[in-house]
Amino acid sequence: MTTFDALLAGFGTALQPAILLYGFAGCLIGTLVGVLPGIGPALTVALLLPLTFKVPAEAMFVLFAGIYYGAMYGGSTTTILLNTPGESASVVTSLEGNRMARKGRAGQALATAAIGSFVAGTIGTVALTFFSPLIVDIALAFGPAEYAALMVLALVAVSSVLGNSELRGLIALALGLLLGFVGIDLQSGQPRFTFGSAELMDGIEVTVMLVGIFAVGEALFLAWQGRNGDGEVMRLSGSLWMSRQDWQRSWKPWLRGSAYGFPIGALPAGGAELPTLLSYYTEKKLSRHPEEFGDGAIEGVAGPEAANNAAAAGVLMPLLTLGIPTSATAAVILSAFQSYGIQPGPLLFSTQSGLVWTLIASLYIGNVILLLLNLPLVRLWVLLLKIPRRWLYAGIVVISTVAVYGASNSLFDVGLLFAFGFVGFAMRRLDFPTAPIIVGLILGPLLEQSLRQALVISQGEWSTFFTRPISATVLVIAITLMVLPKTITRLRKRARVPPG
Amino acid sequence: MNTHRRRITLAAGLAPLAALLPRWASAAPLFESLSLFIPAAPGGGWDTTGRVIEQVCRAAGLVGGVQFENVGGAGGMVGLPKFVAQRKGQGNWLLVGGSVMVGAGIANKSPVTIRNVVPIARLTEEAGVVVVPASSPHRSWKDFAAALKANPKGTSVAGGSAGGTDHLLLGMMIRELGANPKEASYVAFAGGGAAVAAVIGGQVSAGISGYSEFAEHIKAGRLRAIAVSGNARIPGVDVPTLKELGVPITTANWRGVFAPPGVSAAQQKALTELMGAMHRSAQWKEQLEQRKWVDVFLAGDDFARDVAEDIRSTEAVMKDLGLA
Repeated sequence: MTTFDALLAGFGTALQPAILLYGFAGCLIGTLVGVLPGIGPALTVALLLPLTFKVPAEAMFVLFAGIYYGAMYGGSTTTILLNTPGESASVVTSLEGNRMARKGRAGQALATAAIGSFVAGTIGTVALTFFSPLIVDIALAFGPAEYAALMVLALVAVSSVLGNSELRGLIALALGLLLGFVGIDLQSGQPRFTFGSAELMDGIEVTVMLVGIFAVGEALFLAWQGRNGDGEVMRLSGSLWMSRQDWQRSWKPWLRGSAYGFPIGALPAGGAELPTLLSYYTEKKLSRHPEEFGDGAIEGVAGPEAANNAAAAGVLMPLLTLGIPTSATAAVILSAFQSYGIQPGPLLFSTQSGLVWTLIASLYIGNVILLLLNLPLVRLWVLLLKIPRRWLYAGIVVISTVAVYGASNSLFDVGLLFAFGFVGFAMRRLDFPTAPIIVGLILGPLLEQSLRQALVISQGEWSTFFTRPISATVLVIAITLMVLPKTITRLRKRARVPPG
Repeated sequence: MNTHRRRITLAAGLAPLAALLPRWASAAPLFESLSLFIPAAPGGGWDTTGRVIEQVCRAAGLVGGVQFENVGGAGGMVGLPKFVAQRKGQGNWLLVGGSVMVGAGIANKSPVTIRNVVPIARLTEEAGVVVVPASSPHRSWKDFAAALKANPKGTSVAGGSAGGTDHLLLGMMIRELGANPKEASYVAFAGGGAAVAAVIGGQVSAGISGYSEFAEHIKAGRLRAIAVSGNARIPGVDVPTLKELGVPITTANWRGVFAPPGVSAAQQKALTELMGAMHRSAQWKEQLEQRKWVDVFLAGDDFARDVAEDIRSTEAVMKDLGLA
């Protein structure tokens, strides 16, 4: 049976009304948990795990796939409208997305995010269908040295999110990197910066800090603005739909975002944050309107949103072909497989072919459902902005608190949430960019751990980063990107000054 | 009428509600209500063990209802102090934990350790396995052992977090081979998946993990298993134990349940009886079979002695590795 026939058979199962209903329910639940800050797909799927005792496997995985993709779609909504990303993969979207909303272009931002998610999700799923073995083999060539190099590249890309003042941006980044060290060190098993507190042993949960700095911080800032009487009013002007020009400026970022998202998502330690960052950096550099970045450039929404959805498809590749979970959600889905007595691994496609192809077919269907679900919802979501902001953000604070407590059962985390809320407020008040601190918290530990893993393997030889071809290539790109723009500017300046 | 309505609810995709409905048991349950404390995030091994305990106990009519509390992180060391402090003397609480907590407590120098809870029963265990990539020059344990002995620093081994079961096994192997465990070139990865990818990709010389983590890759021929750490060979798996290979080491990653400190002798006995009844049930055997868990049921004082012995030997190995 060829791949194509198998896929058709998968569609046959996935389109059965009962299974389709699970898919639809999954998309709906997923969109909802994506929209709510602090509740992610991993937690949702984990809470639904006991269902595996009752529901047949096909229906269950179609439901999970719907939740997984749905959350990626939903995540952009509150990010754009309220500047409160609920998942780390949406942080970059907030930079331009919320600016667009403030300029009255919320509809266009949501539309380019939804269509971009559809395009990227579909490209990702096609790649998952036809190129899995190939891409997985390439992904396996990435060892700790390569990840370390990739993180260095990411740190260069961070320069695009530093905001108006490089110094302030770097301070925020450094703070994020520092907070990333908190907790038990993976390589030595020793606690660092925990001050004897058991709660800090596992480090600072990204979601807690993210929701604190963005959602709670934004709410506090609004409250402060309200007292000072200069709270701005959201405007909604003109059409909600994308103009010809919006389409023209969106389609290339969608494709480039997908091109970043899918392969990086497929890497065993890739994740969805890195491709969004790289996509934003690329779009900012390539845009014909670089001056618009920071003030609502549509490319800055289209690219990262496509990137995080493509990454979501990429994550499924090592899961289905190797049984290797590379994200929290994938890990929970893996344990769902085990509840059915199925061990995902290299043999999964042959031993559970029916199930796997139903799952993959449901991803195509889910993407269509989500597009159909999300485009009309744009109109509805935008209405959210008509709710007086003090009520809206009060609700956001309540939901964030409940979500953080629900995820960890820990009052300590709730305290941490509000502590970060005040940090977020202070950063807004003092005009510090908020994205770098989150990026630092995510990249710091990845860079440190892969660096040290690589050095253990190379017995302490730093040259390993330059003798391994992939790592060396990535590092050379990173150095070029860092040095080249400044050199060019300097050379141009020199050329302009007449000699003598 | 009731069942009919329930079926509709299921069809509507609202099955969580159906799952929450109480099951009517024929005989009076041993416990009206039981609470399980999982010191790990939902979805992991301890959590799954807890969910299976719930399913089996309810299906067998042993327990009326089961509540869960998950407090994850740091190999159980975030949840454990909370359990000890907040559930003191509460006879209907059980903590699901295992050998990972033993090492984690020693490595973190945590003031609250597995010694602070009351051992009730050991339930399952999984032996470790040493694997090399299919392309590795090491054809067998003999080749690998020679390389490890001659140059532990140059023989990188991937596994779970530092101080965990995988790391300890490497330390013991190096010690038995007569080299210095402090020279171990151990590459810790977060979560089993990343370690598996590193071994398959040939980034490291070898990998150590629970057998199930590598099982599918061994079957598919991407990895070669050269030794298992259990007391006996894994049924259906043609890989020698370290003991057979002349290395006197047996370790396994076990999981079990513990009561909070301060429970009375009667409460302890009731919990032990509950676990015994669960272990005898047909539903438990079915789950063991389906999930390929190895049954190592051990209850009461025998289990307590076993835990104490485990703590002693773990401490010794961790000193050798320079972790304690």
